[in-house]
Amino acid sequence: MSTAPTTLTSKKSSTSSKILILITYSVFILLLIIPLVQIVIGAFDHGVQSLFQALLRPEALHAMWITLSVVVVVTLLNTLFGVLTAIMLVRGQWLSSRVRRFLNSMIDLPFAVSPVIGGFMIMLLLGPQTVMGAFFSDLGMPIVYAFPGMVLATLFVTFPLMIREIAPVLQEIGTQQEEAASMLGAYSWTTFWKVTWPSIRWGVTYGVVLTVARSLGEFGAVLVVSGNIMNKTQTMTTLVYQDVDNFNIAAANSVALVLAVCSITLLLVMEWAKRRKGVHTHAH
Amino acid sequence: MHIEVRDLNKWFGQYHAVRDVNFSIEPGQLIGLLGPSGGGKTSVLRMLAGLEYPDSGEILFHGKVMNDVPPQERGIGFVFQHYALFKHMTVYDNIAFGLTIQKWPKARIRARVAELLELTGLSGVEKRYPHQLSGGQRQRVAFARALAPEPQLLLLDEPFAAIDAKIRKELRSWLKSLIERVGITSIFVTHDQDEAIEVADEIMIIQQGSVEQKGTPWDIYKSPRTPFVAEFIGESTLLESIGQLKGFGQVPAQSNTKVLIRPEYIEVGQPGELKLASASENGIVKAMHFRGSEWMIEVAVGDLLLKTYRSLESPVLQIGETVQVLIHRVYVFDGDSHSVIENSLKEDPMPIMI
Amino acid sequence: MNAVLNHKGALWGFRTTLLLYMFLLIILPITGIYAHSLSAGWDMFVESISDPLAWKAVWLTLRLSLIAMVINMVIGTIAAWVLHRYQFPGRTLLNSLVDLPFALPTAVGGLMILLLLGPNSFVGQWADAVGIRIVFGEPAIVVAMVFVTFPFVIRAVQPLLEEADKTQEEAAHTLGASKWRTFYQVLLPQMRPGIISGGMLAFSRAMAEFGAVVLVAGNIPGKTLIASVYIFGEIESDNPQGAAAVSVILLTLSFLVLWFINTLQAKEGR
Repeated sequence: MSTAPTTLTSKKSSTSSKILILITYSVFILLLIIPLVQIVIGAFDHGVQSLFQALLRPEALHAMWITLSVVVVVTLLNTLFGVLTAIMLVRGQWLSSRVRRFLNSMIDLPFAVSPVIGGFMIMLLLGPQTVMGAFFSDLGMPIVYAFPGMVLATLFVTFPLMIREIAPVLQEIGTQQEEAASMLGAYSWTTFWKVTWPSIRWGVTYGVVLTVARSLGEFGAVLVVSGNIMNKTQTMTTLVYQDVDNFNIAAANSVALVLAVCSITLLLVMEWAKRRKGVHTHAH
Repeated sequence: MHIEVRDLNKWFGQYHAVRDVNFSIEPGQLIGLLGPSGGGKTSVLRMLAGLEYPDSGEILFHGKVMNDVPPQERGIGFVFQHYALFKHMTVYDNIAFGLTIQKWPKARIRARVAELLELTGLSGVEKRYPHQLSGGQRQRVAFARALAPEPQLLLLDEPFAAIDAKIRKELRSWLKSLIERVGITSIFVTHDQDEAIEVADEIMIIQQGSVEQKGTPWDIYKSPRTPFVAEFIGESTLLESIGQLKGFGQVPAQSNTKVLIRPEYIEVGQPGELKLASASENGIVKAMHFRGSEWMIEVAVGDLLLKTYRSLESPVLQIGETVQVLIHRVYVFDGDSHSVIENSLKEDPMPIMI
Repeated sequence: MNAVLNHKGALWGFRTTLLLYMFLLIILPITGIYAHSLSAGWDMFVESISDPLAWKAVWLTLRLSLIAMVINMVIGTIAAWVLHRYQFPGRTLLNSLVDLPFALPTAVGGLMILLLLGPNSFVGQWADAVGIRIVFGEPAIVVAMVFVTFPFVIRAVQPLLEEADKTQEEAAHTLGASKWRTFYQVLLPQMRPGIISGGMLAFSRAMAEFGAVVLVAGNIPGKTLIASVYIFGEIESDNPQGAAAVSVILLTLSFLVLWFINTLQAKEGR
């Protein structure tokens, strides 16, 4: 990172810098570290046995299974469509630049939409009272209060994550390497795998981690769409919510601990991927 | 490869980048597309490569229309401005890329890459990655990569633009001799006149999307067809009229006439130094610039400011000194016609100092 | 022409799929909610939003989000500056921890704050003794919002500091500017775009926040019920009309913020 010149390192010993560092440390400790420790302590408060008891409840196991399924399905779909959409937006000259600008401004919308509203939108479109919703439930595949709706809601929420990772990288590497490949006789598929993919691979990795983290932790949208039906559509986050609602804080804590451990693992992977990504984009 | 281009046009939105371009190139020639930045040179090159689709016109290789042939099948080597090396591949893999695409057997690829490494003087760096190479080395890799699949035509987009001035000169002569040795038809784009003159067999001057003139560097220098070409190749001073100068009274002063004088066509000297005193004007030295191998002198004749060179062997002039100025010849551009007019008071031909 | 998507023919179906995916997933639902909120007529819409509880929820959300934003702008700027400039033990760890609120499920974040500030905690008991209500009151909502939006300002300011030309700072020193003056006149202007856009992002995220807030707010209608929880309640009590009306207000506000950030960035980009 930055290597401060001597005039500035001399500040290190100054009082103002000490105060600033102290403030920063306090903020991090109060806002992030203590609460995190609290979860761990809270989970083990009633002993390891009660921790496992809470986690081995049938509804908890089922919630874990549902969360895992949502994460896997959403990550696969979002990665596939995210990469393709990013390529379309950056490279797709078959779209006029005005259309591309419009689509580009649409990408970020899910960031601005409250997850609750995100879930609510899907209910309005595909809920049991709607034409489309009725159509799908007649086919035996209801969307809302069922797995497909939860996947849709999570896809909505995670939509920008992959694209926003890939698009700038595609923009930065430019088209020349791809053109060079086509001059050397390579067609689209080969060019993508041999030239484009190696450049975006760390961006994709990072996007995948972000998507996993977000779909693992999604709460509001899923709560609305799933109806939070125990042993059916309940996920780990909505289970935490229900446990708190039932004043079963210890059980909530146990499930939250599992989620927190997953998140921190993801955070570490994120840091690692970020570093790799950085190394890659700066090495030229 | 014989190349012919007919009535080529390209628009980018409202911008007419290439206008009715026509030319043909004989096999084995080395052609320089020269012109100011943004003049359409690169667009012409990219259309030849198939990376850009012409809005109208035809591109023919060996008499066959190539417009709808994708770049992958044109058999062209392309050296990009910033080389576009595959940065995640070693030098070896970069050079071998086109050959693996064509599914050459491994042993043949190895032999061919080794041959190219040898040819481009890159032996020993084949395991390095592009970011571990110097600018000149990267350029050579780009060159080797483009040549590897044995293309019939080599296109180079500003091949020296990203290289230090000093190494650039070295690379230029290296490139020229290498292309001659390989014997491949080549077209390169540049905005640097010295580069074009030094490297190319023939130059095409392109401005605002049109070909202004095509010919050998010497032809273009000797008889520029437009004021733009005259100004672009070599140095020159542009004047509105020159009728008041001795020996050029016959030049008509019309509104659309432009007169160009090259510094090499003017001689200055202290009184008595020039032989044809009767044909010379008096002038005052306004400024002197040392150019390393000669002086560049700005001299005022009446209200005209002219530029000329003076040998370091001649007596050194002083600023403010009155000198004799002899103008040997000028270019006159009069609408569509252009002519070279000699000083009419000069009786015996002087050796031209160029 | 481009090298990646160059095949003719089958491309058409492929491109249509992509556009359709975007349309169905993003554009249709958003237009759908606007359409729905007005489907029962303008009067119905006005009636829905003029419900005092709805109004109070929106107002509370705006007010608390604004407070959270200001807090974040201050501590975010300080933290970004400290993490960039000073070398001290634990710096890398803190830098990695910044993203924790992004990685952590918001429901877990809410639970963490509940445990930290709740009636059984040390802070909660102390506050109770002094007579302040933290959890199930406004302070807890603000803390939850600050927690969730913590990374935005830091992550927006950091790249600007990385890019900032250190020679400008040194030039200011050689011209005799004091440390404080250098910070105020040279460094702060360089960080400003990041502080503003990071702050706006934090604001829009805070307005939208649900998971962390719903657990700590107590959700007392008219008092600690924020807009997204109000919407959730309306959905639960089967009043989609009311939910849609408030959603539209919240959405419009968020879009305005987003639009503002985009114009700001476009301006800075030049």
